[in-house]
Amino acid sequence: MTVFCLVEVDDGGVVDASLRALTLARGVAAQAGGGLAAVVFGEPPAAELAAYGVCDVFAVSGVDGYAPQAWGRVLAELADGASALLAAGTDRGTEVLAHLGAITGLPMAANCVAVSVASDGSFEIVRQRWAGLLLEDAVLDAPLALLTVATDAGAAEPADAPGPADVRQVAVSPVGMDLVVRAAETAVGAGGASLSSARVVVGGGRGVGSADGFGPLDELAALLGGVVGVSRVVTSEGWRPHTQQVGQTGTKITPDLYLACGISGAIQHIAGCGGAKHIIAINTDPAAPMMARADYAVVGDLHKVIPALVEALRTRP
Amino acid sequence: MDVLVCVKRVPTVGGAITVAPDGLSIDTRMSGFTISPHEECAVEEAVRLVERFGGSVTVVTLGPVEAEEQLRSCLALGASAAVLLETPAEAPESGPAATAAALHSVAADGGFDLVLLGNEAADTGDYQVGIRLAHLLGWPVATGIKALTVDDDATSVAARREYRGVAETYTLPLSCVLTVREGINLPRYPSLPGRLRAKRAVISRVPAPPAPSAGLRTTALRVPAAARRQATVLGQGVDAVPALVSVLAELGVLS
Repeated sequence: MTVFCLVEVDDGGVVDASLRALTLARGVAAQAGGGLAAVVFGEPPAAELAAYGVCDVFAVSGVDGYAPQAWGRVLAELADGASALLAAGTDRGTEVLAHLGAITGLPMAANCVAVSVASDGSFEIVRQRWAGLLLEDAVLDAPLALLTVATDAGAAEPADAPGPADVRQVAVSPVGMDLVVRAAETAVGAGGASLSSARVVVGGGRGVGSADGFGPLDELAALLGGVVGVSRVVTSEGWRPHTQQVGQTGTKITPDLYLACGISGAIQHIAGCGGAKHIIAINTDPAAPMMARADYAVVGDLHKVIPALVEALRTRP
Repeated sequence: MDVLVCVKRVPTVGGAITVAPDGLSIDTRMSGFTISPHEECAVEEAVRLVERFGGSVTVVTLGPVEAEEQLRSCLALGASAAVLLETPAEAPESGPAATAAALHSVAADGGFDLVLLGNEAADTGDYQVGIRLAHLLGWPVATGIKALTVDDDATSVAARREYRGVAETYTLPLSCVLTVREGINLPRYPSLPGRLRAKRAVISRVPAPPAPSAGLRTTALRVPAAARRQATVLGQGVDAVPALVSVLAELGVLS
C-alpha cells in the first residue's frame, strides 16, 4: 500500500527536515511493498522529489496560504486507503498531522527516528521523548499510521535508483472551520540564516556573563557565516532574545559545527545541539558536561580565547 | 475573561535520565517534579490577561493525587482555581487522545474564553493534546505561539510565531485554544501572599474518566547510546588558538 509524505517547500526547494522525512518514508514504503507519494501545497519541485524516490506527487492548489486544519483535511482525503502518512516534525508538519489525527480519530506518533513494518501490518517505531534524551520503542496499530519524523533524525539520502515522478494537480476548496485559522506572513527584519538551518552556530552560555559579553561571539559568527545561539540561562537573564535559545524548549539545531562557549551543557541544552555534526567546546572547567560531548575542547576563558580567535581569523593570510 | 490552563506534572530532570527497572517509566526516586517551562509561561500569560480584563484563571491537570503540588505552584503564581482530574495510583500513562478527552470534560463546562496549554509535554512530547482538545470543543486552535495580543473588547486574539524566518500571525475568535512556548513572557516568581493563598486553597478533585486504548503501545524506554564524544583537547587558553584555526579549516567552515 502507498506511503504518503507531506513535503514542505521553501524557496522552490524541499526543506531539509522534509528530505529526512522522505528518506524514512521511502524505507517504510519499501517494507510495505508500496510506492511513495508526496503531497505538496503549492508548486512541487518534482525533480528533487523524484530523486528521493517519490513516484506520485500530489500538487495541491486552492488553499490560500498556510491553514493547518484545511491542510489536515486535504491529507485525510488524499491518504484514504494508504498505510502510512509521514511528515517532518516541524511546527507545520506536526500540527497538520495532529489535526489529521483529530479529524480521523487516529493515533499519531511524534518525532520518530526509525520505523519498520511488522508481519501483522502494525508499525514498530522508535520515537523521541524528552526532545530526544529518551527513546521510546512502541507499536502503532492503526489503519493509517500517522508519523512525524524528528528534525534531527538520520540523514537525508536520495534514492539509489530513482524513477520519474508523476505530478497530479489536486484542486481543493476548503470551507468553514477549516479556514478560520490561517497564517498571515510577514518577513522578520534581520534576515540571514535562521538558527534551525544555520551551517555554523556559535553558542554562548552563562560564561559569557552579560549582554555586552556577546560582542566577540557575534563577530565570530559573522566571520564564520553563522549565527549565535544561546543557552536557557542567557534568555532568562534577558541577555539575548528567546528566539536564539538552543535546547528542549528552544530550537533544535543541526549545523556542521557548533562552537559552544561558556556553556556547561545541561541535558536540556544537549537535547537541542546533539544533532550538530561537530562540536567544539570552550570552557574554563574541563569537567563541564559540554566538554565531554565535544569533538574538540579548549580549556580556557572565552573572553580571551574568542577575541584572539577573531583576530587570528581576521589576519589569516 | 475566563482562562483555563492545562498543565502536566513531570519529573525534574537534572544531570541524566534513568529508566526504571520496569523499562516503561523513568526512575523518579531521586527527582522532584515540576511543570514544563512552556506551561509556566502559559500560566503567566493567563494571569496577565486576567489582570488586564478581569475574570479568572483555572488550572487543570490530569494526574495522580501528587499532582496537587503542581496545581498549588500555579495557584501561587496567581491562578484562582484548580482542578485535579485524578488518575488512580499505578494507572498507565494517558495517551494524547485520552488526555484531551479528560481535559474536555472540564473545558466544555466552564464557559472559558481561552484555553492555554504548553506546546508539548516535556516528557512524552506528543505535540497534539491542544489540537485534539480543540477539535472536541469545536474551537479554533493555533500552536507554538510566542506572542499573543487580545483585542480591547476581548473578542479575538492575534497569536504569533516564527516559521523559517517569517513571522506568522493567526487571528482567532474567542473562544479558542492556544499552545504556547517558552519565551512568550518571563514568568514571575510566586509572592509570599500567593504561596500562602495557594497553601490554603481548595483543589477540586474529580476522578478522571477511564482512558480508551490508544493504538500506540509503548514496549520499552531507553536512553540513547551515549552521545559522549571523545574530545581532543586543543590546548589551554589563547595558546589553543592556532590549533583551533586549523580545526576550523579542516571542518571546512572557513571561507
